[in-house]
Amino acid sequence: MQKQKLVIIGNGMAPGRMLEHLFERAPVTYEVTIFNAEPRVNYDRIMLSPVLSGEKAYEDIIIHGDGWYIDHGITLYKGHKVTEIDRENKTVTSDQGVTESFDKLVIATGSNPFIVPVPGHDLAGVLAYRDLDDVTAMMLAAQSREKAVVIGGGLLGLEAAAGLRERGMDVTVVHLMDTLMERQLDPSAGYLLQKELESRDIAVKTGANTKRIIGDKKVTGLELESGEVIDCSLVVMAVGIRPNVALAQDAELEVERGIVVDSAMRTSDTDILALGECAQVDGRVYGLVAPLYDMAQVAACTLTDDFSKPFKHQDTATKLKVTGIDLFSVGDFAEGDDRDEIVLRDANAGIYKRVILQDNKIIGTVLYGDTSDGAWFNDLKKKQTDISDMRESLIFGQAYQGGAAMDPMTAVAALPDDAEICGCNGICKSKIVGTITEKGLTTLDEVRAHTKASASCGTCTGLVEQLMALTLGEEFDADAGSSMCPCTDLGHGDVRRLIKAKELKSIPAVMQELEWKTSCGCAKCRPALNYYLVCDWPDVYADDYQSRFINERVHANIQKDGTYSVVPRMWGGVTSSKELRAIADVVDKFDIPTVKVTGGQRIDMLGIKKEDLPAVWADLGEAGFISGQAYAKGLRTVKTCVGTDWCRFGTQDSTGLGIKLEKFMWGSWTPAKLKMAVSGCPRNCAESTCKDIGIICVDSGFEIHFAGAAGLDIKGTEVLGMVPSENEALEHVVALAQMYREQGHYLERIYKWAKRVGLDEIRKQIMDDEERRQEYFDRFVFSQRYAQVDPWSERVSGKDKHEFKPMAALELEAAE
Amino acid sequence: MSVVPLIQKEDLVDIGHIDEVPRRGARCVTSGDLRIAIFRTQDDQFFALEDKCPHKAGPLSQGIVHDGCVTCPLHNWVISLKSGEAQGADEGATQTFNVQVRGNRLLLDTAELIS
Repeated sequence: MQKQKLVIIGNGMAPGRMLEHLFERAPVTYEVTIFNAEPRVNYDRIMLSPVLSGEKAYEDIIIHGDGWYIDHGITLYKGHKVTEIDRENKTVTSDQGVTESFDKLVIATGSNPFIVPVPGHDLAGVLAYRDLDDVTAMMLAAQSREKAVVIGGGLLGLEAAAGLRERGMDVTVVHLMDTLMERQLDPSAGYLLQKELESRDIAVKTGANTKRIIGDKKVTGLELESGEVIDCSLVVMAVGIRPNVALAQDAELEVERGIVVDSAMRTSDTDILALGECAQVDGRVYGLVAPLYDMAQVAACTLTDDFSKPFKHQDTATKLKVTGIDLFSVGDFAEGDDRDEIVLRDANAGIYKRVILQDNKIIGTVLYGDTSDGAWFNDLKKKQTDISDMRESLIFGQAYQGGAAMDPMTAVAALPDDAEICGCNGICKSKIVGTITEKGLTTLDEVRAHTKASASCGTCTGLVEQLMALTLGEEFDADAGSSMCPCTDLGHGDVRRLIKAKELKSIPAVMQELEWKTSCGCAKCRPALNYYLVCDWPDVYADDYQSRFINERVHANIQKDGTYSVVPRMWGGVTSSKELRAIADVVDKFDIPTVKVTGGQRIDMLGIKKEDLPAVWADLGEAGFISGQAYAKGLRTVKTCVGTDWCRFGTQDSTGLGIKLEKFMWGSWTPAKLKMAVSGCPRNCAESTCKDIGIICVDSGFEIHFAGAAGLDIKGTEVLGMVPSENEALEHVVALAQMYREQGHYLERIYKWAKRVGLDEIRKQIMDDEERRQEYFDRFVFSQRYAQVDPWSERVSGKDKHEFKPMAALELEAAE
Repeated sequence: MSVVPLIQKEDLVDIGHIDEVPRRGARCVTSGDLRIAIFRTQDDQFFALEDKCPHKAGPLSQGIVHDGCVTCPLHNWVISLKSGEAQGADEGATQTFNVQVRGNRLLLDTAELIS
């Protein structure tokens, strides 16, 4: 049978889901071509907010990677915008001149952000919040750490505001209505939400209408109708979306607010379907993902001539994806004479719950602060359950029905089979339980892969885990997410605490006492335990080399071909002709293929055979070099500028301080790598403000910074405080490093640790509490007595010889 | 390091004392371009695998040894010492060789090397 040609315009979540259903139902019916105006694959737009706030990366939110398109034989035109649909000849043409013919066409052009046409809306620095490009632009703008205004206090606007605040911007939300998220929240919940945002230093102006955006080419401020002016360099408009219907209109399909489709997703031309945000069904257009996924299912059925499940409208529950804010809303919650309501407020706990009843049935629910019963209320609402019998206790939630409080597991067990667990994907309890049993799933990722439950916004993850626990019983490792690794249920924090409390001083002791589930751990927990023990018992613990990653075991960096690279220390990035000559000699002698200057102001020699390492180190050692520990979860480099030695702007001896710090701190192991820098003036040539710990010298002293990042994440530092003298600078930096050494989780960089324990707490302990600071300092100094041994010279003198030589070489000889 | 001449007739070749391989560690035996990693587990079982991860040819001998497996140092694939097969969702296998302990000596079956 010849395949029919299916062309899809748009590559968002709705058509992606439609194709999944289609390939399941009819893998060979269609030859599929997709035109995507965005130059990328299908990604999870719901997760753009976590990308903006830095909790996820783009790679984490890809739904279909390039491989998926190849596997299904799909032709994907990335960055092609379709400019014309020719219904007569059944072809579409893109702006890049590609024309494809179709038997069936699916229009999934989504929506455009609505840009309020106030004066200045076209200035540079005014953005919408729709796709990855917008997010990337916002992230770039946030690096300035200047002021931003978000117009629109709905779901998207608030997520954008929280994300920008998280990225360090000073944010004001301007909202036209009197209540935030007025379409989802009643005024009480809106008030709680506003208070919570304000406590996070996000300014909120309600009942505020934008008059104009001020600026000459670039945004400099925003003026409200009231005359108030807010300074800002970024304006994000998140006031709503408009279905993108231009193409359909040009093709003379029936268009109202959206492209008009019937309950089978067919437009006025039955060979052309439309779905997603651009489609209008029964007078409604949609923006939340659940109904869009319903449309995808219906469209897949239509394409396989199955019309048994027409699209039906359902109320969709709303959740706000801002970490730490729990909010749930569904249905109708306006007041009315024929309506009744039950309200629970707990001001201390910041909880507000309101259930709206009509004829003893739930028609709407608003939950703030504690949303765990959202699914249950929604289920009662959907089924139109008469709640008269449980009216007294209804508001307390499912756990309180039937006398005693149920624990959360019992509550989940009591949910009916058709209770919806994952709102985004419309997945009910029985589907999840059934798939777990049928396919023998044991991990959350597997359940996500097979059922799609909790695979979109992720807010139902807790429920899904409870269902897994219920279905799998003891096989399910409930703490798999938070535990160190599958060998234990304990998290890093618990393990660190128990090592100290129970005085556990070896890896076998830890595994025995803390009931490790494996006989000898794994590649995740063993390096972590080894670090914790080295850090906590520097004088008695014997470092377990077999629990260290190869780089730390052989004191060089493994490369992709199994060779190693070697980086000697260059204190503060300062070197000499003698050192450079020694390096040149080593490079010649061992025929080292690549010599590279690193970002940390030193020299890397790459491509060294493992067998040669001890000899290379011996030669480097003779010239006075020690290991640069460029491989270590430990002190790496202290980058410096030339300071008062040479620079006409230098205010202090930044080079000298950098060298002092490096000589004091080298050899120390830390939870993750530790990179430092000292800049001689606020021009910051040593780039101190993106380091784990950095110092900016000024005339009056030393400004200590910490918790910066310039790798997977980019983050400017926080200021720890200001000290007048060099000695105090060193003391504070060392105390800070020790605090991090004692509290950090293995592989947790200092900025993540700081976020976890709180900047104020760190400042309090290091800046304000002299005694505490001294104790940290002393413990660091004590630990250094055992740590400052150059690993290279140790190995040159014979330690771990076995690491560097094969045990035997077999030679083939011809038989006589 | 000993250089052991290999005669076709001989299958089991002495490659060294068991204590030359650290517990939860590995040493290599070379034969021309072929590197064979000899692993020793916590409970003194010995295994021999080609020193080449099925993923991107990483040197398995440099990985962390745990519970009958080794984790490749390049991209953390976990390889069974016994079967040479990748664990979990990864697919692929490394060639295994037969290594035996006689007294305190390690003997490698070289039949497969020669063929």
